[in-house]
Amino acid sequence: MAVKKFVVGVFTDEEVLFPAVKKVRSAGYKIHEVYTPMPIHGLDHALGLRETSLHTAGFIYGITGTTTALSCIGWIFNSDWPINFGGKSHFDLPAWIPITFELTVLFSAVGMVLTFCYLCQLAPFVRRHHFNLRSTDDQFTMVIECTDKTNEADVTAFLQSVGATGINTQIAETGWWLGRYDKEKVPFEQKALA
Amino acid sequence: MASIKEHFEIPGRYKQWSMGLMGVGVLSLIVGFILYGSHDHGTRFWSALLQNSVYFLLIVNAAMFFFAATTLAWGGFQMAFRRVTEAIAASVIPIGGITFVILMCIVFGGKHTIYEWLDKDLVAKDEILKGKSGFLSPTFFTIYTTLTIGLWILLGRKLRSLSRSIDDSPLELGEAKKYIFKNTVWAAVYIVWFALTVASVTPWLWLMSINAHWFSTMYSWYTFASSFVAGMALISLFVVYLKNQGYLEYVNQEHLHDLGKFQFAFSIFWTYLWFDQFMLIWYANISEETIYFKTRFEGAYQGIFYLNLVINFLAPLLIFMKRSSKRNYATVTFMSVLLIFGHWLDFYQMVFGSTSPDHVPMNLFDFGLALGFVGLIMWQTGRVLAKFPLLAKNHPFLKESIIHHT
Repeated sequence: MAVKKFVVGVFTDEEVLFPAVKKVRSAGYKIHEVYTPMPIHGLDHALGLRETSLHTAGFIYGITGTTTALSCIGWIFNSDWPINFGGKSHFDLPAWIPITFELTVLFSAVGMVLTFCYLCQLAPFVRRHHFNLRSTDDQFTMVIECTDKTNEADVTAFLQSVGATGINTQIAETGWWLGRYDKEKVPFEQKALA
Repeated sequence: MASIKEHFEIPGRYKQWSMGLMGVGVLSLIVGFILYGSHDHGTRFWSALLQNSVYFLLIVNAAMFFFAATTLAWGGFQMAFRRVTEAIAASVIPIGGITFVILMCIVFGGKHTIYEWLDKDLVAKDEILKGKSGFLSPTFFTIYTTLTIGLWILLGRKLRSLSRSIDDSPLELGEAKKYIFKNTVWAAVYIVWFALTVASVTPWLWLMSINAHWFSTMYSWYTFASSFVAGMALISLFVVYLKNQGYLEYVNQEHLHDLGKFQFAFSIFWTYLWFDQFMLIWYANISEETIYFKTRFEGAYQGIFYLNLVINFLAPLLIFMKRSSKRNYATVTFMSVLLIFGHWLDFYQMVFGSTSPDHVPMNLFDFGLALGFVGLIMWQTGRVLAKFPLLAKNHPFLKESIIHHT
């Protein structure tokens, strides 16, 4: 994974954040991410994020579940261990539908949760850099990625002009690493600035 | 607000179409009466009337349920097209009247080929029907039918007049709170009555009692789900039509998306109930219960049985699953027409599977009657749409609908 330099701006009001996102994007800066304490309606559109394909994954998991259930029950009741249930035929589809439905739901639900965790890189002992701890509480944090050509002072001034406070520069790991948040001795900001 | 076209003017073609379709309906009625009116005690004739009138009454009533339920839940998204649902619900008045007349003709017409519990000699000999005779009697039937249709009409008028009462007077905050509360109370009264009618007793009386011995606890919910899907399809059709004509400026794809979601979700709900009713009976395999599915699953109605499942379950499941298809005016229109037809077919097998178990007598007469009711709905809805403003512009929740997005 790569260590990169970021300029971090903090917003206290989403009414300021929205126009700021638009201005920063139209000025041509690359927004790494915006961290917010709660889901904000329409922010994904403002950031220009593409539509998630989580539901396509869900559909695929779902039909996998359907196929698993039908083929498994079909195999068991027709060739592996045929049992006579009240004189019904061995291939009695209506009786299989509830299980098929349940496995479809189970596969799609569990699959989507795991996919979501994978996409967000959420797992036990997986640690990521936090730009601003208060973005889990009451602050909105906009993180702008710097390239070789980016002038930090310009970015800082620009963020100030669109209403950000507490602007700072951090050098941070972009990916994840193994570790535990509660065992971390050095406060995050100090570590990043060091 | 200046650019909003508040008043719907009925286009000439719309009027011609509605008149034409009603003409087709009346013609079918006359021809049907001549052909089938006296043949075999008029079973074919009265079954078709029963099926069509009850079906179309329930779907226009579903529009009323939709706006009452959203009012009760303090929903905001429907505000931009709420007047459309109100106008569709106004069709409960003429169709309710027609249904009442048809039901009374069947009950007091002296024939008992549709409702076998009307046969006094049969009931006297039959222990089961004797036990049900308090419920399945012309007196109870008449009282409950009168109350059902009467209260739908009265409560619908009340809800609509409440909605129109603030058209000329913007509300202060305190007034608005009182207004919302009053709306909520009346919507709640309607919902309670809806639960006692469509969601329970009325389908038992009007449709399930055709097989007086047979019963299913799923039946009313299944009927309700069927009518609700078709009702949402009807609302979508009118919304798309008005949008095409340049009205309903505040309605956009977001609202259409939600209408599509309702159709999608309730199609799945319908399938769930349909399958529950079927599978439990199929699994238990008790002859008193399986008699209902004998004609449908194995007999003459097998084709309709599977077609019903394809149109009302597979088609919405596969077509409406994608987000883009729920936001596409053409797809939603296509699916709405398909679902209205699909649930009409569902009601067809509910009625005719019992009154004509040996063969499917479907022909132009049934379609003619259905088109007649479609024309009537178009005529009444258009008339009401033109009479009152298309936008409830002073409603406190309107803004929520304008900025709505999914």
